[in-house]
Amino acid sequence: MSTTLFNPMRRKRSIKLVIFFFAVLVALFIISLNVGRYSITPMEVLQTLFGNGSKKQNIVLFDLRLPRMIIAVLMGMGLAISGAVLQGISRNALSDPGILGISSGAGLAVLLFVSFYPSNTLAPPFLMPFLALIGAGATAVLIYLLSYKKGHGISPTRLLLTGIAVGAGLSAVSIILTLQLSPRNFEFVVTWQMGSLWGSNWKFVIALLPWIVILLPIVYWKSKILNMLSMNEHIAESLGVSIHRERLLLLAAAVGLAAASVAIGGGIGFVGLLGPHIARRLVGPQHQYMLPITAAVGALLVLIGDTIGRSFMEYTEIPAGIVISLLGGPYFIYLIMRAKA
Amino acid sequence: MDITMNAASKVDKPPIRTRPWVASIIIVLGLFLILFGMVSSILSGVANISYETIWNALTNYDVSIDQHTIIRELRLPRALAGALVGAAFAVSGAIIQGMTRNPIADTGLLGINSGAGLALVVVFAFFPAIAFEYIILSSFIGAGLGALLVYGIAYLSKGGLSPLKLVLAGVVVGSLSTGLSQALSLLFQLNYDLAFWSAGGISTADWFQVSVMMPWIIGGLMTAMILSRSITVLSLGEEIAAGLGQRTKLVKALGTIVIMVLAGASVATVGGVSFIGLMVPHIVRFLVGVDYRWIIPCSAVVGAVLVLFADIAAKLIASPYETPLGAVIAVMGVPFFLYLARKERREL
Repeated sequence: MSTTLFNPMRRKRSIKLVIFFFAVLVALFIISLNVGRYSITPMEVLQTLFGNGSKKQNIVLFDLRLPRMIIAVLMGMGLAISGAVLQGISRNALSDPGILGISSGAGLAVLLFVSFYPSNTLAPPFLMPFLALIGAGATAVLIYLLSYKKGHGISPTRLLLTGIAVGAGLSAVSIILTLQLSPRNFEFVVTWQMGSLWGSNWKFVIALLPWIVILLPIVYWKSKILNMLSMNEHIAESLGVSIHRERLLLLAAAVGLAAASVAIGGGIGFVGLLGPHIARRLVGPQHQYMLPITAAVGALLVLIGDTIGRSFMEYTEIPAGIVISLLGGPYFIYLIMRAKA
Repeated sequence: MDITMNAASKVDKPPIRTRPWVASIIIVLGLFLILFGMVSSILSGVANISYETIWNALTNYDVSIDQHTIIRELRLPRALAGALVGAAFAVSGAIIQGMTRNPIADTGLLGINSGAGLALVVVFAFFPAIAFEYIILSSFIGAGLGALLVYGIAYLSKGGLSPLKLVLAGVVVGSLSTGLSQALSLLFQLNYDLAFWSAGGISTADWFQVSVMMPWIIGGLMTAMILSRSITVLSLGEEIAAGLGQRTKLVKALGTIVIMVLAGASVATVGGVSFIGLMVPHIVRFLVGVDYRWIIPCSAVVGAVLVLFADIAAKLIASPYETPLGAVIAVMGVPFFLYLARKERREL
């Protein structure tokens, strides 16, 4: 066991891959910066970044594209890590904040706010993650309670089915609320639900950043506990892990990450599923190696989704969430086919 | 019901638990409730209408009286559409549950409705002026593709088909086709229409739609009745069915075509409504036993009653605004789904 847990080869490979993904991310970032209605060449991007751009280039880069892409990266990391944690603690490789209905809960809370205070389309950005957290947290508690059975604890299958059911209920409620919105708010809410990163500005970056910066290290710090939890409850217990407390703490972190990401970027599915899976294929299931790769893959996915969505059509954008579900859906199908239960 | 069960145990056959008496009562009572529901549905709404007016509108139609026009042109087709769609969704749910031997199956949950929805968006986007006869055909194709995709995933997956995997496959197929629909609707600016469509509602049903979809749905229901015996055998397990000399592939193919037609016609008329096909067959099976010769007609009747009354609720809850039918049904369906998720047993 110890050879697989602290494998220097894997460690090296993990570090190499993190560096590789970071390089890809930077390259993609620069490519993505020049994609859009107003095209800027990579050289001009670099010039502008170092302070030598024209006024228009400055506005496009610093006020429009840069914040949007930073949000894409941050929320990609948040969703992917949230998925990894959920998969670990539920011991089911098909868990994901979207499929478990946690994202819908976050979305519903934001939607409720928009429909009760229709005068301002957007809540103050910093407030959005907290609203979403209430919704996501309540949903997570509800799912946990509903799938708990006395004497049996929580079976991974029941947890997923309950999550899907609760998610279906929440989206029915959202539909009722959305249809009662004014056309202007309706457009905003619908595109936001599809996971567009529209209207991103620095305020949103600042609203999202602390959540990611605080919660990601906490999860990483707990990666060995995640390893134990994801193997078997009994093994974890016999190794002296107080399961309930640790699981609750990790669940809270996962919910927080998902809530903040959804509040700022909208409902983007499949990232929490794909990130951890790709990472596991690359470096194996040990969380201390797999989590950084998961974050990197998640960031890449959302950034790619957003870039494709922006460059697809001249006059309109396809929200990143749609692009990602079209890319991620087939992969998920493949995962379902391989899964045993 | 105890009498029939005792009789069955005396004969010493493999016990296919069935209660024809209960089933007959359900059908008779259900037909009465459908009539009552249709009258209530015609009575309910913003414009005030009395029983006499309904009678007069039907027997002694006078174009100059507004209420007669409302009854004949708006409320009657709506009530009829509700009953038909309810029966269609419920029966297609019963067939899927029987064929896949899976308790958590429904055209909405399995992504078949959203497949039909995607086909509709494609048609709206590229052929906006097309007539309903063709819209309904494209909806069949979409529902069929959705069903094939879900079956394909289930068929190709390792270790066979668990309820969870089937539902997950449905979630993915659903979100793939919803994603594509949304992308198309953004490109072609159909957003608002699509939202109303996906919420589900019968308020737009008119005579023309009813006249186009009615033959399809009635044909589908009749074919389902013809297949019902084979579906009972199939629900015992594929090996047993094959052992009893059934051509299981043929039955499955025909069953899928029926599902495609029933779900496709319903979705084209009222949009994506989930959970009817999940709830109704379970309730019916609990009452009448596991013989699909009774489950299918009873499901049709109960489904029709359910949608008629749910639609009345949809009219009344936030009157004068319409509440989406899909949401009204989901309020009942989600707790039901949760209950099934808790049971987590195969029991068909």
